[in-house]
Amino acid sequence: MSTMTMTAALNAALRDELSADESVVLIGEDIGTLGGVFRVTDALQADFGPQRVIDAPLAEAGIIGTAVGMAYRGLRPVCEIQFDGFVYPGFDQLVAQVAKLHYRTRGRVRMPLTVRIPYGGGIGAVEHHSESPEAYFAHTAGLRVVTAASPQEAYQTLRAAIASDDPVIFFEPKGKYWTKGEVDRAATADLTTAATVLKGTDATLVAYGPMVATALDAAIAASDEGISLEVIDLRSISPIDRHTVASSVRRTGRLIVTHEAAGTASVASEVITGVIEDCFEHLEAAPERVTGYDTPYPPAALEEVFLPDLDRILDAVDRTLGRRNSRSHAPTEVEVSA
Amino acid sequence: MSTTMSPPDPSLVEGLDEPLQALDPDGVRHEHELLDPHLTDVDETVLTDLFIDMSIVRRIDEEAVALQRQGELGLWPPLLGQEAAQIGMVRVLDDQDFLFTSYREHALAWCRGVRAEEMLSVWRGTTYSGWDPFERHMATPQIIIGAQTLHAAGYAMATRFAGGGEIAVACFGDGAMSQGDTNEAMVFAAAFGAPVLFFCQNNQYAISEPVSVQTPVPIALRPTGFGIPALRVDGNDVLAVRAATKIAAAHLRAGKGPMFIEAVTYRMGPHTTSDDPKRYRDEAEVEHWAGRCPLVRLGKHLEGIGAPMDSIRAEAKIRADEVARSLRAAITTMAPPPPQALFDHVYTTEDAGLQAQRRQWEQFEASLEPEAS
Repeated sequence: MSTMTMTAALNAALRDELSADESVVLIGEDIGTLGGVFRVTDALQADFGPQRVIDAPLAEAGIIGTAVGMAYRGLRPVCEIQFDGFVYPGFDQLVAQVAKLHYRTRGRVRMPLTVRIPYGGGIGAVEHHSESPEAYFAHTAGLRVVTAASPQEAYQTLRAAIASDDPVIFFEPKGKYWTKGEVDRAATADLTTAATVLKGTDATLVAYGPMVATALDAAIAASDEGISLEVIDLRSISPIDRHTVASSVRRTGRLIVTHEAAGTASVASEVITGVIEDCFEHLEAAPERVTGYDTPYPPAALEEVFLPDLDRILDAVDRTLGRRNSRSHAPTEVEVSA
Repeated sequence: MSTTMSPPDPSLVEGLDEPLQALDPDGVRHEHELLDPHLTDVDETVLTDLFIDMSIVRRIDEEAVALQRQGELGLWPPLLGQEAAQIGMVRVLDDQDFLFTSYREHALAWCRGVRAEEMLSVWRGTTYSGWDPFERHMATPQIIIGAQTLHAAGYAMATRFAGGGEIAVACFGDGAMSQGDTNEAMVFAAAFGAPVLFFCQNNQYAISEPVSVQTPVPIALRPTGFGIPALRVDGNDVLAVRAATKIAAAHLRAGKGPMFIEAVTYRMGPHTTSDDPKRYRDEAEVEHWAGRCPLVRLGKHLEGIGAPMDSIRAEAKIRADEVARSLRAAITTMAPPPPQALFDHVYTTEDAGLQAQRRQWEQFEASLEPEAS
């Protein structure tokens, strides 16, 4: 065990995979000499050479597409997309090639790629540097989509992603890159299960990635008012661990889902739909979404308006518990028409 | 790290004024300083084999069009007219060289040992993948235009890093020259000195759009801007394509980085069986290219050198007819996959959600079966 930042934990995971498996190669923009714009790949090129830690031309489709060819030849590529909003030029290669090759070839061609994408906002960045595009990929059969909330989770989930024979999109919460935590390099993870990070009884609060810390803060604040929240870190966005979520809601009867991405056709939509299908009869109140609004990600001066925060989560907790003090208790359609 | 740059090198491309040619449209062999040293092994046997190859794939193509018209295939993209370009190239590669192709490269698949019915199964809609890419060293046909060029570049990068001796071939058409993927593939291949052959069959049309919509300059000029040497050859001249491929393959195997071949040819048929080329090209043009038919040209050449054409044509016909007969029998009796195959191979390990959908489907299906009386 040692204490490290999330970037150091990710660096350690890459280093350990490069050491353990000669077929692992890294490819991305500025990941070599510079060590990546966030230094996640710091010193790896010096230690493993430019043919295993590859500074790519500035072309995202090229990075993903050449990684496909490398995978054909038995390599296990780990691609870095520099920022969330830069992934779209590589979208075709991801959803039309990487995701489908195993299915297309009836299992003959495996695509053990990992695509690392720093995501999320709250860092005062310029446009295209703060987005949460996970739902696009969660909608695509053939991809696994995971994220991490802590240095420990980052370390073990990235290692599991690289070891997976399926393609994995690994979303790294860049706003949490510099948080520190204990990391056990012997720990392992799977890529499909959620974790209950706080037990509670009154409502289930589902979060992932950068929102897990906010969710835990909200649970502490709620407990001051005598409300006991159960917090689930989804960890895997595709597939969603419906069993863990439904088991919790069966006990609490209430559900709030929070993430930075916009709410429409989102991961929250899917989590809530799953609960309705799995345990509708246990719901005591309508589930709540606390997400980014259905706007483009705004300029930095407005991102605090856009991003869900502790207050908006607590407000949703009040709503789902039917507490009168809900500040956003907007009139419902019925009340308006009456 | 230095920032020196190579100056533009006009000698990077050959054949800009006139595509390199060994056989003229009348099948007459002309001396060619660049090509001839790579054609020294060409004798009557080689020419006969090429003729038979081309005859068979043309027959497969004709049979496929007929099968589509008879409702046995959903769609078919004919290769008619492009036999020399494809066979001239693939027949001088090593079996280990890996091909990443578009969807019109039936001759490449044939020469890699793929059975005709395996090719057509994709167009019948029973599968997305008619063969094992690793068994044939050929990826299954790519439908997204140009996407496979990056796969070839990445494969070749991995080969170079591993010190392997094989090359990768990216096959695409003139339309793909406009795709970002194709241009990025050339950037990557050049940057890493990857042994990839960019093989562009310029068949003059991307569905209805003439090549002038894609590029105002000869296609073969464009790779030189990436620092990739290029050869522009008469794609209906099987010997020119053969020589060019040998030149390129030797360049690649010597570790000199990627090369590009533009095979100037003509799609004599429609884009696919759903297309109507009369809407966008005139008869005179089609007639002109019919006079440059690659199979006719090779036949004339064989005649010209005194080969026994009657018996060669007879053998070609017997073998082509047998392939067509066997193809028809296989396709018309080809069963659809079992319905539960829908769920297979989405992932290497199936997750609970997909398992639940599979079970739900099975239960629903079972509920529809008539009860035993």
